[in-house]
Amino acid sequence: MTGAAMSIVPSDRAAGSGRDVAGPLLMFMMFALVPLVAALTADRYLLDLAARVMIFAVAAVALDLLVGYGGLISFGHAAFMGLGAYAVGILSAHGIDDALVSFPVAIVVSMLFAWATGVVCLRTKGAYFIMITLAFGQMAYFVATSLAPYGGDNGLTIAARNTLAGWPLFKSDRPFYYFILVCLVGTYLLCRTLVASRFGRVVRGARENASRMATIGFKVQQFQLVAYVIAGGLAGMSGFLLANSTEFVSPAYMSWQRSGELIIMVILGGSGTLEGAIIGAAAYLLTEEWLSGIIENWQVIFGPVLVLVVLFGRGGLMGMATRLWRWWAHV
Amino acid sequence: MAGTLLLVQFLNGLQLGVLLFLIAAGLTLVFGVMNFINLAHGVQYMLGAYLAVAFYGVVGNFLLALVLALIAALAFGLLLEILIFRHLYDRDHLDQIIATFGVILFLNHGVKVIWGAAPLTLPPPDVFAGSLVLMDGLLYPVWRLVIIAAGLAVAAGLYGAVNFTRVGMLVRAGATNAPMVSALGVNIERLFMMVFGIGAMLAGFAGIMIAPILSVEPGMGDNILILAFVVIVIGGIGSIRGAFIAALLIGLVDTLGRSFAVDILRLAMGPSPARTVGPAIASMLIYLLMAVVLYVRPEGLFPAKGR
Repeated sequence: MTGAAMSIVPSDRAAGSGRDVAGPLLMFMMFALVPLVAALTADRYLLDLAARVMIFAVAAVALDLLVGYGGLISFGHAAFMGLGAYAVGILSAHGIDDALVSFPVAIVVSMLFAWATGVVCLRTKGAYFIMITLAFGQMAYFVATSLAPYGGDNGLTIAARNTLAGWPLFKSDRPFYYFILVCLVGTYLLCRTLVASRFGRVVRGARENASRMATIGFKVQQFQLVAYVIAGGLAGMSGFLLANSTEFVSPAYMSWQRSGELIIMVILGGSGTLEGAIIGAAAYLLTEEWLSGIIENWQVIFGPVLVLVVLFGRGGLMGMATRLWRWWAHV
Repeated sequence: MAGTLLLVQFLNGLQLGVLLFLIAAGLTLVFGVMNFINLAHGVQYMLGAYLAVAFYGVVGNFLLALVLALIAALAFGLLLEILIFRHLYDRDHLDQIIATFGVILFLNHGVKVIWGAAPLTLPPPDVFAGSLVLMDGLLYPVWRLVIIAAGLAVAAGLYGAVNFTRVGMLVRAGATNAPMVSALGVNIERLFMMVFGIGAMLAGFAGIMIAPILSVEPGMGDNILILAFVVIVIGGIGSIRGAFIAALLIGLVDTLGRSFAVDILRLAMGPSPARTVGPAIASMLIYLLMAVVLYVRPEGLFPAKGR
């Protein structure tokens, strides 16, 4: 994010052989242990919070694919999440509440929207791309608010969580929690494979120098479009999870502030690292949880912190941690 | 009857258009000259409205409150520029987004802390209260006409200032190639500061003028900011003329679309599906317009940059 050197180093490492398997593995094991801890302390709230973190982490990892590796600052990512959520809500309103239908529909609908808008967005570059993804996200938001049969502004309550092939797996919290974890691990592995593949190298090459990539014969826009559609589909999946988790769908899921929060998650964790996006999602949501317990309008504190992080911290939380570590090792 | 309705909605569209222009003008100049994405431009609009309400509470005179709020909006804009934004001009867009997003969070909730979350109101000045008979059976609020007139006057003033003054020449040159302007010995930092201050003041002015019509509440600038982005993307970043034309276009298309989409669709389908589909299509219209414009001209209608 700050200077080319910052962003090249982590992505090259992620593309290399499985050097840093330990970190992600540890992270996922910690997520896997949360239900145990929650059972021991009889704290159901902890389970909810960890599930929420993982759901947003799915969308944030997908966004990191675009922002960190593709250099495509997509500011409409919440729209895909919202579409996935609305797919669950609208299908459920028509009596279809099996995940065998709603899960693929949520993903495919988001991918279609990503494809249709991506074709236009990717014709533009830089700041135009940011503003246009922002505008299309806002379009989805306003369409959702105008859907009077599906709750309009007020949103839509989902009667019950989806079944899986008629089996009420998601109804109890723990199995649903592990389903979310599987989705997160799957998203992470898919993105990691993509980034290290030839496809990923083209997308990353286009970030560094799109015209050079075009000159050596790659149709850069098509590669970027595929990345955009994949990221959209994954965000749609996280929307599916969010709708099932909250049993409620609302236009607020698509608001541009939500897209901004997703970008902040990616940046807080350090963009272009994938696992950083997971850490960023956890950091953002836990900070929100912690600060909102202290002061009602917690954004009054968090906003200035963001400004300070940008002005004085480079490379997000991971970058700051790295520098702290180096300083420590030096001392 | 249909004719009167059309005229009313046309005037409403025009009013939304000039309002959007007041906001988009600053946004497009700041972006065109400094290459700076200012998400916090919307909260400056909100702040203008709040300041006007606050000053009106003290002095009890709309015109005086307007002047005081304008000065305060300018001062606050300059303060933000000096403290935060000027350190971001040479950063990449991602940094600018995060930092200005932080400013939005702070101000949106800061006004809640100071003035509470409940919407506030501001009465228009007595002279302009009430409605005017435009023609037989057509009453139109005077204040909306005042907004249109004020917006057009500001547009004309800006057009003159940008095209026929020395500072305007520098602004145009800055939008085309800021490093070159700096290399020719112009104090680019002072130019940046001035452009930013004027932009903040115009957004504040828009907020003050709309306050008697809308309720003044936290987050009121959030959605209009995106509309302003659509305007400057369609108009071409850095172009005042583009922003003006695109703002009127967006204002009219959005307003007329929302008023007549259901009626037009009813010609093609039954009344019940038309009532369902109509609002959804109406809310997509301006974004589809943007998509079409960008598909044909990726740099907008009147790109300022000579690349």
